[in-house]
Amino acid sequence: MEKRFGTVRALAGVDLDVAEGELLTILGPSGSGKTTLLKVVAGFEVPDEGTVRLGATDVTVAPPRARDVGMVFQNYALFPHLTVARNIAFPLEMRRVPRDEIARRVREVLELVELPHHAERLPRQLSGGQQQRVALARAIVFNPRLLLLDEPFGALDRKLREQMQLEVRRLQRRLKLTTLFITHDQEEALILSDRIAVMEAGRIAQLGTPDELYARPATRFVADFLGESNLIEGAWQGGAAVVPGFGPVPLPAPGTDGAPALLLLRPEALRIGAEAQSLPLRAEGRVVESVFLGVSEKFRVALDGGPELLARLPLRPSQPSPAREGDRVALGFAPEDLHVVRG
Amino acid sequence: MSSAVDRAAPARAEERRWVWLALPAVLFLGALFAWPVLRLLAQAVEGGTLEHLEKAVLDELYVEVLVESLEIALWVTLLCLALAYPVALWMLRAGPWGRALALFMLLLPFWTSVLVRTYAWMVILGRNGIVNRSLLEWGVITTPLPLLHNLTGVLIGMVHVLLPYMVFPIYAALLRMDPDLPRAAEGLGAPPWRVFQRVVLPLSLPGVFAGCALVFVLALGFFITPALLGGGRIIMISMLIEQQVREFLDWPFAAALSVVLLVVTLGAYWGLQRLTGGNRLAAG
Repeated sequence: MEKRFGTVRALAGVDLDVAEGELLTILGPSGSGKTTLLKVVAGFEVPDEGTVRLGATDVTVAPPRARDVGMVFQNYALFPHLTVARNIAFPLEMRRVPRDEIARRVREVLELVELPHHAERLPRQLSGGQQQRVALARAIVFNPRLLLLDEPFGALDRKLREQMQLEVRRLQRRLKLTTLFITHDQEEALILSDRIAVMEAGRIAQLGTPDELYARPATRFVADFLGESNLIEGAWQGGAAVVPGFGPVPLPAPGTDGAPALLLLRPEALRIGAEAQSLPLRAEGRVVESVFLGVSEKFRVALDGGPELLARLPLRPSQPSPAREGDRVALGFAPEDLHVVRG
Repeated sequence: MSSAVDRAAPARAEERRWVWLALPAVLFLGALFAWPVLRLLAQAVEGGTLEHLEKAVLDELYVEVLVESLEIALWVTLLCLALAYPVALWMLRAGPWGRALALFMLLLPFWTSVLVRTYAWMVILGRNGIVNRSLLEWGVITTPLPLLHNLTGVLIGMVHVLLPYMVFPIYAALLRMDPDLPRAAEGLGAPPWRVFQRVVLPLSLPGVFAGCALVFVLALGFFITPALLGGGRIIMISMLIEQQVREFLDWPFAAALSVVLLVVTLGAYWGLQRLTGGNRLAAG
């Protein structure tokens, strides 16, 4: 038996299944079509072709009110003239839930989002984080079949944002909420998602778990968009990918001799100085720039006669920095950390 | 906390510095408006007698006119509200061209004199006017409808003049509303009329009250339109005042009636302000 939750086919041929209880993230820059996708799922827009299904129900042309989708808007869209309790009661009132049950469920969901004493406040009397909790409570109180989160963390400052992200994730896993999360923030996507669909120009460039996407991006766009990357233009030769400056790296499923190969080396795959000496693939270069980040240090190294590469080294408080700007250093990596971008 | 005070003090000083920019306008209005008005009002109690004021408040004839004025102002306000709200809603949803067209059509009357517009209505609404002639020709009616020189004519003319004063505050209130709010309500399961009743209407109330206050206050003191379209059969308090001055040269009594009109107007305004104020809290 196949259980489909939120099947979307829209835009330039997007086909997506959100599994029950899963948090699937639509990640993309602005203009990639993720907002359109969201509107189609929420029912604010009707796709020209294809269908949207919630479970077994075709809701392609159903109005938003008939979809049973809970949505958290970018700016929360709390009703400013209603108290927190009345905001949360709204979807229940629309469903003609009996009064005492509404009161009970509002109380329960307020406990859940840890705002039990704010029921009678007005939205503008709450902080940004609290407003977001209320928006979340309002979106889940009626047990929707799908929860939509539209860039809900954008308005929060960094610390609060991280805290809310973890909270939303805990809540989502605990309640097994089937969730579609829209964001342009790749870090956020990595933290929250069971799976991520990276969108580019109205299409899904790649769909996979966060670690899959990070370690094995299918296209240059995905590699570039998720995390920091060194994208190296190499070439195939004798069953190995030739990395400029480093030499040939034998890889499975090689391309034909002479064909270009797009190679990905994450900055944390590179080692500098003494650590590089034990690695099979090495090159020499000069540190052009170093940036101290606390937990790590970032180096931009110009290889002799080769490209500039970004290396990121974890730091320990007791350990001195391995190199300074202007130093000549050795760079090295392990062959298994090299990934071929084939798309 | 002290830093908040520290910041507020220079801000206030800054405000005081610019207050002088308002001086020419204040002097102008003070000399040519406030002072004459006070002089006129003072005439109501000239010679230390309250006799004129008493007559204005107690004489059945004048009270009746005042009550009728209030009734007409109320009707005009309600009619304007009924016509303006859908227009404001439509403007919110219309595209840029529709909105520009609506704004143009609403502003157009402001560029035409009230007198001209009122005479135009006389041409349109008269026994031999466009409306009656058309209806007679089409056989809809057999005798001309009484549209002029009665309450109907006065209401049509006044609503026409005052409609923009209702549309703009409501439209402004609707514009201030986050467009995601109706969308959110719909997504949470509300059918269209519920979205309107529970979200759009409550959030537009400040605009509704502002529009009502404006239209009611303006309607209460209206003169030209009821004078011409009422044909002498509809008498509003402003017409009564004019009559006292022009025909009877009874300045003290005209002043007394003016005091009554001013007090009632301010009272109505204050009442509506209180309603709005109570609601502003809720509407944010």
